[in-house]
Amino acid sequence: MKTLMGFVAGLLFSLGLAISGMTDPARVVGFLDVAGAWDPTLIFVLGGAVVTTFIGYRLVWKRGTPLFAGRFALPTRRDLDPRLLGGAALFGIGWGLSGYCPGPAVASIAGLSQPLAAMLIAMAAGWWVAKRLSGSH
Amino acid sequence: MDMAASLHGLFGGVLIGLSAVWLMATLGRIAGISGILSGLIWERPEGDSAWRLAFLAGLIVGPMLLMLAGGNLGNVAGAPGAVIGAPIGGTGLMLVAGLLVGLGTGLGSGCTSGHGVCGLARLSPRSLAATLVFVAAAMLTVYGVRHVLGGGA
Repeated sequence: MKTLMGFVAGLLFSLGLAISGMTDPARVVGFLDVAGAWDPTLIFVLGGAVVTTFIGYRLVWKRGTPLFAGRFALPTRRDLDPRLLGGAALFGIGWGLSGYCPGPAVASIAGLSQPLAAMLIAMAAGWWVAKRLSGSH
Repeated sequence: MDMAASLHGLFGGVLIGLSAVWLMATLGRIAGISGILSGLIWERPEGDSAWRLAFLAGLIVGPMLLMLAGGNLGNVAGAPGAVIGAPIGGTGLMLVAGLLVGLGTGLGSGCTSGHGVCGLARLSPRSLAATLVFVAAAMLTVYGVRHVLGGGA
């Protein structure tokens, strides 16, 4: 059952990415290019997603526990550290260069090309390096 | 402003939000793509990998279904019938970008989904800071590439 729930979540997520146009790197970079012909689409995507999640999370948390797991696994840290901010900065540079963040890159496999394959392999390698730098996990 | 593109964006965004709510309601997890996939590939935690693999399958299958369905369901700029847009750079650029995205989301514990969607919805100060930093870094990068170096489109 957990597997089916995971599949549905991934499916909804990628349908959302594709319908919103986030599987088009040109649209994403169009949003990031504030000095060019600015494309506001990403703001509507992020706004729709955050508001929906904000409301939905609060309804879900009222139940106390998830339907198919023992507890809600929520991050508890609230401090800002160099690893968080430095990591975010490196990610932003890569995102700006490619127009791909992890979700859209993977969801674009339906239109696989050599540059996209390179992106995906390098991304997985980057995760490995980050794990090595962060200790065992 | 392109009204149809914005409405597509809003509708797709709501679906992404529903996915995040679904994952929280059923498995109690944050829908952070980098964390889910990095964990699947490099940790394979016992009893905690099957749902990640299924999530990955769903993530790949969704756009394929839209392509099969036809009917302009995507929102690729300037190509109404398309679902997946073309990469904006070659293999070399994508290798560098991919490494930065992997390393950065790994060190920073999240990407656009984990920090940008779920973290902001949780009102997490770490996610707000991370989101501001990666959006600013991405905007500066695009500015540098397009308007200073003059490369790109």
